[in-house]
Amino acid sequence: MAFKQVSSPHAHAAQNTSLVMKLVVLATIPGLLALTWQFGWGSFINVVLASVTAVCCEALIVKMRGRSISFYLGDYSAVVTAVLLGLALPPLAPWWIVVVGTVFSIVVAKQLYGGLGYNPFNPAMVGYVVLLISFPIQMTTWVAPLALLPVGTAHPGLIESLQIVFAGYSPADGVTGATPLDVFKHSSGLLVDQVYDREPLFNQAMFAGAGWEWVNLGFLLGGIILLSQRIFTWHGPVGMLGALALMSIIFWDSGSSSSPGSALMHLFSGASMMGAFFILTDPVSSAVSNRGRLLFGVLIGVLVYIIRAWGNYPDAVAFAVLLANFAAPFIDNYTLPRTYGHTDRRRATEKEED
Amino acid sequence: MSRTWVTPGGVHPPENKHQSVTQPIGQLPIPEKLIIPLSQHIGAAATPCVEIGQSVLKGQVIAEATGMVSIPMHAPSSGIVSAIEHRPIAHSSGMLAPCIEITTDGADSWIEHQGISDYEHISPRKLIEMVGNAGISGMGGAGFPSAVKLNPGRQRPIDTLIVNATECEPYITADDSAIRERAGEIVEGIKILSAILDHPHHILIGIEDNKPEAIEALAPHVEGTGISVVVFPTKYPSGGEKQLIYILTGKELPSGKLPADEGVVCINIGTTYAIKRAVIDGEPLISRVTTVTGDAVATPRNYDTLIGTPVSHLLEHSQFDEQAGGRVVMGGPMMGFTLPSADVPIVKTTNCILAPSYAEIPDDEPAQPCIRCGMCAEACPASLLPQQLFWYAQAQEHDRLEAHNLFDCIECGACSYVCPSNIPLVQYYRAAKGEIRQAREEKVKSDHARDRFEFHKERIEQAEREKEAKRAARREATQQAKADHAAATANGSAAAPSKATPTGATPSSSAADIIAAAQARAAAKQASPEDQRAKLERTIASAEQRLKMAEEKLAEAISSDSGKQDQLSAAVENTRQKLEQTKSKLAELAE
Repeated sequence: MAFKQVSSPHAHAAQNTSLVMKLVVLATIPGLLALTWQFGWGSFINVVLASVTAVCCEALIVKMRGRSISFYLGDYSAVVTAVLLGLALPPLAPWWIVVVGTVFSIVVAKQLYGGLGYNPFNPAMVGYVVLLISFPIQMTTWVAPLALLPVGTAHPGLIESLQIVFAGYSPADGVTGATPLDVFKHSSGLLVDQVYDREPLFNQAMFAGAGWEWVNLGFLLGGIILLSQRIFTWHGPVGMLGALALMSIIFWDSGSSSSPGSALMHLFSGASMMGAFFILTDPVSSAVSNRGRLLFGVLIGVLVYIIRAWGNYPDAVAFAVLLANFAAPFIDNYTLPRTYGHTDRRRATEKEED
Repeated sequence: MSRTWVTPGGVHPPENKHQSVTQPIGQLPIPEKLIIPLSQHIGAAATPCVEIGQSVLKGQVIAEATGMVSIPMHAPSSGIVSAIEHRPIAHSSGMLAPCIEITTDGADSWIEHQGISDYEHISPRKLIEMVGNAGISGMGGAGFPSAVKLNPGRQRPIDTLIVNATECEPYITADDSAIRERAGEIVEGIKILSAILDHPHHILIGIEDNKPEAIEALAPHVEGTGISVVVFPTKYPSGGEKQLIYILTGKELPSGKLPADEGVVCINIGTTYAIKRAVIDGEPLISRVTTVTGDAVATPRNYDTLIGTPVSHLLEHSQFDEQAGGRVVMGGPMMGFTLPSADVPIVKTTNCILAPSYAEIPDDEPAQPCIRCGMCAEACPASLLPQQLFWYAQAQEHDRLEAHNLFDCIECGACSYVCPSNIPLVQYYRAAKGEIRQAREEKVKSDHARDRFEFHKERIEQAEREKEAKRAARREATQQAKADHAAATANGSAAAPSKATPTGATPSSSAADIIAAAQARAAAKQASPEDQRAKLERTIASAEQRLKMAEEKLAEAISSDSGKQDQLSAAVENTRQKLEQTKSKLAELAE
C-alpha cells in the first residue's frame, strides 16, 4: 500500500482567513448600528452598495487574471474593504461617490498590486483619499446627529434615503451639519470651554461630540471583540490612541483659543476608534512585528494629530494611515524581534551578525 | 518545587493522548522479517559484518560502527541474514537505503551477554564504551549517537543533566507509558548517566503536567537521589531541546552552540532506559516503545517493538483501516513525516506511528495568500517572524533570510499550525535552508577555484619574471665577456688586463662557479638518510595532528548539522591518504 506524502505539520488549527475576514465584518456591526442610530440610513446604504460593487469588481478582475473566482471571493477580503470604506464615507453621499471609491479601492489599490496580501497601501483608505481629493464638497457634507436635528424632524427614512443617494434628491434643511472636528477647526478665537458651551454639537453631548461619541464607542466595542479573539494584537491600536492622547495633552494649552481640543474629544471624534481598530490593523499594509506595529500605530497617532491640529483637513486618519503604509517596510527593517539564542535584535538589512 | 521559565509562543493542539494509554505496553509476535537500516542515526552508516545466509543470534552485532560518529547495529531477534541491500526506509523523500534483512526463526535465542551492576566503580570511559557498543542513539529526536554526546572531550564540565520526558507532540505516549511501567529502570539509567558525567549539580527530569500518572510513578524512585522531577504546563513545543533548557534553567542556548558548550546534557528519557539495559543487563538497543495510534487503527496502543519491524506488522495488529485515512505518519502530527509505504521498518527513533482518519487530519486545503496577520509570529517559540521568512523564502532573498535568523528555526510547525491561510510555511523554510546550504558550498568551491587560478597565474608570472631576469643576466655577462675579449685582443700582451676587469672573474672561472653551485645544490638535495627520516617523521606527526583535527571538525559539523559533513569527510579522507603515503615512504626508507 502506498500512502499520501505530505510535509509536516499535519495538524492544523481551525482558524482560516475567510473566518478572520468574516469576524472583522461582524465586529463592525456595533459601529454601524451607532452610525445608523445617530446619522440615519446613509451608512447602511453605503456599506451595502460598496459591498456589491466590491464583489463585482473583485470577480471581474480575478476572472481577467484567470484565477478561480469562488476561491478568491471566498476569502471575504473584498467585503471587508468595502464595508470599511462604506463606513468611512459620509452618510447620504451620492451613489457614484461610493461606487467610484470602491472601484478604485478594489481595482487599483488592491488587484493591480496583485490582490490580497500584496497591496502596500490600505485599499479602503486609498479609495477614501482619492474621493476626498477629487470630490471635496460631497466628501465633507455630513449628516447632523440625532440630537441636533431641528425639533420635529427626523433623519430621512430608508426609502427617502435611497432617493437621496440614487436619484439626487436633496435632504431636508437641517439634516446636514458640521462634525466636531470641523467645529474645532473653525472656532479660532474661542476658548475650548466657550466652544463647549455654545456649540450644540458639544453641549448636547456626553463627553466628546454628539453622535460621534456613540459611533466611536461602537467601534471601540467591536475592536475589543476582535482583540479578545486575537485577530490582532494590542500594539497598533494602543500605539495610535496613546500617541493621539499624548499629543492632545501636550498641546492642550490649558484650553486656550488656540487649543486643538481635548484628548477625550480627539479619541472619540472622527474616525479615531475606527482607524485604531479597523484600519491600521489591516495586517497586509502595516508593519509586521509587534514592536513594528506599536511604532506604526504611534506614527499614525502623531500624524493624525498634526494634520487635525495644524493641517487643512479636519480629520486625517486616511492620510496618516497611507503615510505610515509608506513607512512600514522601513519600520520592519529595524524592528525585528530578538531571536532565541541571540543577544541582540538584528537589522533586516545586515548581512553578517555583529 | 523547582522554578520554571515560560517560553514565548507555542500552541495548544488537541492532545489526543488518552486513546493509546488505555492498555499497558503490549508485545507483538516476532515478525517474519526484520529490516535493519544501517543508518538510523546522525553520522556515518554502520558497516555490515555478517554475510547473507549467516545465522545470527538475538543481540549479535550485525554491523559495526564506522568511525567516531556512528553506532553498531544488532540483530533484534535470532534468525538468518537473508539480504543486505537497498530498501525503502522511513524518509520523507521515499529514498532507498542500505539495510540488513533478517528472516527470523521464532526461537528468539539470545547471544551470550552480561552486564555489570556496580557501575559506580567503573570508569566513565568504560561506561561510555558500553553505551556506544550497545548501539544507542538518541531515541527522542534526531538520533545522535549517545556515546558521542556523553564523551568528556569538551571544554567545560557538565553541571546540568536534563532528562527530556516532555513528549509535547500530540498523540504520542511512548515515553509516558514507559515511565508508568519502567520508572525504576529509567531512574537507574539516569544514575548511570550521572556517574558517566561525574555527577552534575542538577539532574532534572522535565515533564509536562498532562502526564500525572508518569509523574507519580517517578516520585518514589527519585526520592533521596537528588534527581528532581520538574513539572511545567503543557504547551507545544516545550520538548524541543532549546525550549526545554530554557524552561528548566532560564538560560538560552546561544545560536549555533551545543548544550555541552553551556555545561548541559539533554537526553531523552527513553534513551536512559536503553542505557540502563545496556550497562546493567548487557543488552544492546534492539527494541523500543512505539505508539500506534490515530482513528484509522481500531486498537491504539503502545508496543515494545523490535527495531526493524515493518510498519505493516504493527498496523495489521492494530486493525488498520486503509480506507479511513490518507496518510501514515512516523512521529507526531506536528513534526512527523509521512511514510511512502507500510513496508518501511521501525528504527531507533520511531516513537509513534500515527494513522489518522480523514476526520482527524483532513487533506490540506489550498493555501490562501499570506495576509501577514502575525499569528505565526505569536506562535513561534524562537521569536522569529515566520511571515517575513515566508516572504523572503519565496523571493529567494538569502541575505534577508539569514538576517531574519532562518537557521534558528527548529521546524516545530507551530507557525503552519496556526496559519489561517493554510500555508505550508515549514516546507518553505526547509527548502530555503537547503538552497542556502548549497549556495554556501558552491561559494566555498568557487572561492577555492578562484584562489587556485590566481595562484597559478601568479606562479607562471613569477617563473616568467625569473626567466627574464636570468636571460638579462646572461646577456650582460656575454656582452661583458665579449668586451673583455675584445679589449684583451686589442691590448695584445698587455699586462694581465683581464684580471683587472670590473666583473672580477674571467669567463672560464665564472663557468666553473656555475658548475660548483649546481653540485652544491644537488648535494643539498641528497641529504643524509637520518635527515630524511627525521623529516618524514615530522611530516607524519603533523599529518596525524591534522587528521585528528579534521575528524574533530567533522564530528562537530555532524552534531551541529551544519551541512558541511560531505566536504569535511572528504578532507578527512584526503588527510588520511596523505598520511598513509608518508608512512609507506618512511617504510621504504627503512628498508
